Amino acid sequence: MSIETMAPPSTAVTPLEWMRRNLFSSIASSLTTGLIGGLLIWLAVNVGGWAIGEARWEVVGNNLRLFLVGQYPATEAWRLWLNLAVLSVMTGLSAAVFGSTTRTLAVSTSALQLLLALLIVPSPLGTLIPPTTSLVLGLLGNAAGVWAAFVAGRLLGPPRRWLMIGWLLTIPLTFVLVSGFGPLPEVRSTLWGGLLLTVLLAAVGIVLSFPLGVLLALGRRSGLPAVRVLSTAYIEIIRGVPLVTILFMADIMLPLLLPGEFRIDRVARAMGGITLFSAAYVAENVRGGLQAIPMGQYEAAHALGLGSLATNLFVVLPQALRSVIPANVGLFISLLKDTTLVTIVGLLELLGIGRAILAQPQSLGAHLEVYVFIAAAFFVLCYAMSQASYRLERTMGLGSR
Amino acid sequence: MNAERPAPDVPEAERGIIVARDVHKWFGSLHVLRGIDLTVQAGEVVVIFGASGSGKSTFIRTINRLEEHQQGEIFVDGIELTNDIRNIAAVRSEIGMVFQSFNLFPHLTALQNVTLAPVRVRRWSRDRAEQAAMELLIRVGIPEQAHKYPAQLSGGQQQRVAIARALAMQPKIMLFDEPTSALDPEMINEVLEVMRELAGTGITMLCVTHEMGFARAVANRMAFFDHGQIVEEGPPAQIFEAPEHERTKRFLAQILH
Ligand SMILES: Nc1ncnc2c1ncn2[C@@H]1O[C@H](COP(=O)(O)OP(=O)(O)OP(=O)(O)O)[C@@H](O)[C@H]1O
Ligand SMILES: [Mg+2]
Repeated sequence: MSIETMAPPSTAVTPLEWMRRNLFSSIASSLTTGLIGGLLIWLAVNVGGWAIGEARWEVVGNNLRLFLVGQYPATEAWRLWLNLAVLSVMTGLSAAVFGSTTRTLAVSTSALQLLLALLIVPSPLGTLIPPTTSLVLGLLGNAAGVWAAFVAGRLLGPPRRWLMIGWLLTIPLTFVLVSGFGPLPEVRSTLWGGLLLTVLLAAVGIVLSFPLGVLLALGRRSGLPAVRVLSTAYIEIIRGVPLVTILFMADIMLPLLLPGEFRIDRVARAMGGITLFSAAYVAENVRGGLQAIPMGQYEAAHALGLGSLATNLFVVLPQALRSVIPANVGLFISLLKDTTLVTIVGLLELLGIGRAILAQPQSLGAHLEVYVFIAAAFFVLCYAMSQASYRLERTMGLGSR
Repeated sequence: MNAERPAPDVPEAERGIIVARDVHKWFGSLHVLRGIDLTVQAGEVVVIFGASGSGKSTFIRTINRLEEHQQGEIFVDGIELTNDIRNIAAVRSEIGMVFQSFNLFPHLTALQNVTLAPVRVRRWSRDRAEQAAMELLIRVGIPEQAHKYPAQLSGGQQQRVAIARALAMQPKIMLFDEPTSALDPEMINEVLEVMRELAGTGITMLCVTHEMGFARAVANRMAFFDHGQIVEEGPPAQIFEAPEHERTKRFLAQILH
């Protein structure tokens, strides 16, 4: 028999065989397995037992509205649902048109909403949450909306350009819906809170600090000394100051510096502070990516007649930004968690509202439940972001190796 | 300065598409180009050769201003290379360049590499640019690789994409800086073949290369660089059969064995 026709050796392994090889291959490994296994079981029994048995989840259920939207008036809540529905439809359409990365996004947003709905409906935890029907219907409707839009997108095939414009339009639309404009009654930002505020702060911070950071990174490498010095100074000063300080400055100093008629509200000030802070770190990440681009890329682009703007836009930045996706997502995950710091200027985002709820006499002794709930909410958001970034890396890495 | 100004005090007949006069260049205190005079007529193929470090790359790169010369003057198609950005842009749009290390854009497919400049600089529609790009890829013999990324192509294929990319801007002049010296031996010929075909179309070519077979067959003229100067210049027959200078003889003996 010739070599080429031989079948490869079988690599299939039974579960028992796998355990013997990987978990109990020696006395030491058996001991380690036993120890860690025991610890895990002990943890599961205790934490699980607490979560199902002792924990008084009604503190979460009774205050669910506060956790989700703060003091946003119930009569205007439909605007938030409408906003969510628009975002769900856009996500579904994008998944149909753009492919892989956005599809992950669509799957995870719809799965997340389904999961939340399921958590609310059945026992043992679900029955504890009273304001169910509208919430469950809203969540289920949204999850269905994602996939209805996906199917519609597949059938109609709208051009990519339209979707890009659509996404850009969602930004003003979100503000119109959330804060009110024209016929919609205004909902003052002092009433925004909970998850709504957390997500708004993080989203605005990410969307604005990214382009600002890219500009700063380019500025730091600019041939014009004034631009270079200013960018460098900005980056170094911001990186040398804690976010808390910047939030305080934005909150207290800004109104003092601006003339009296200009009143920027407190949420906008916090958004500004977070954006300015985050931009300096984005800039340093992007600078790392820019440094990794070989000189030959610039030379080839210049030789083709591309000016420096076109060279950056079409040759350098696409490569540099791709290589810094992991670092930037890490940064944005920190940003999401750092939004909790705005409590110190009196804003009640998720953590702040949690503390406010704990201050009520009815919530006495429910600290653990509230903090576990908040931690779980942050974990889900951060985990979704990091998963999306892995997907993004994989699809965008196609041409780079 | 007027972009259309012709090279002054040069008789009409001597005016070339590339005119370099007494070009000097220093890197720090290192005197790399020490008075280069070279005139290339439209349609000529000129091969530059010489020892490593003699300034061949530096000189060829001053012609499209990837390097700045510090003394002397360079005219390309009557446009003088100065610090005026408009002149530089005008000159670059007439010159295509092919590099030793290809320098393809790794995030773009072969086709996108070729269409980038026509779409972004010439403002062609995407359809028109893609049609022209496919014709060029057919010309360099790799239309079936159009939708692959550079990393998925062999060295010879990459260099042919790079040639197509440079040709996409419809340049009057092509600069080649050792286009085959990063290639495995079996791929050198496929690139030289494309260059040979190109030379037949009447485009002006300035090639730094040590492929003496190519030079003998295709070049109108050869220039030998030594320590930042052109020591000897002439048609291939003269350079190969009767070199005047001792250093030219020695160098040719080395590379021809
Ligand atoms: N950017 C630079 N900075 C400083 N010195 C440089 C730079 N580029 C080239 N040199 C020096 O200038 C001299 C000429 O370099 P050049 O690359 O023009 O030589 P070359 O004839 O093309 O050689 P090779 O055959 O090795 O490519 C060399 O001594 C080189 O070290
Ligand atoms: Mg060289």
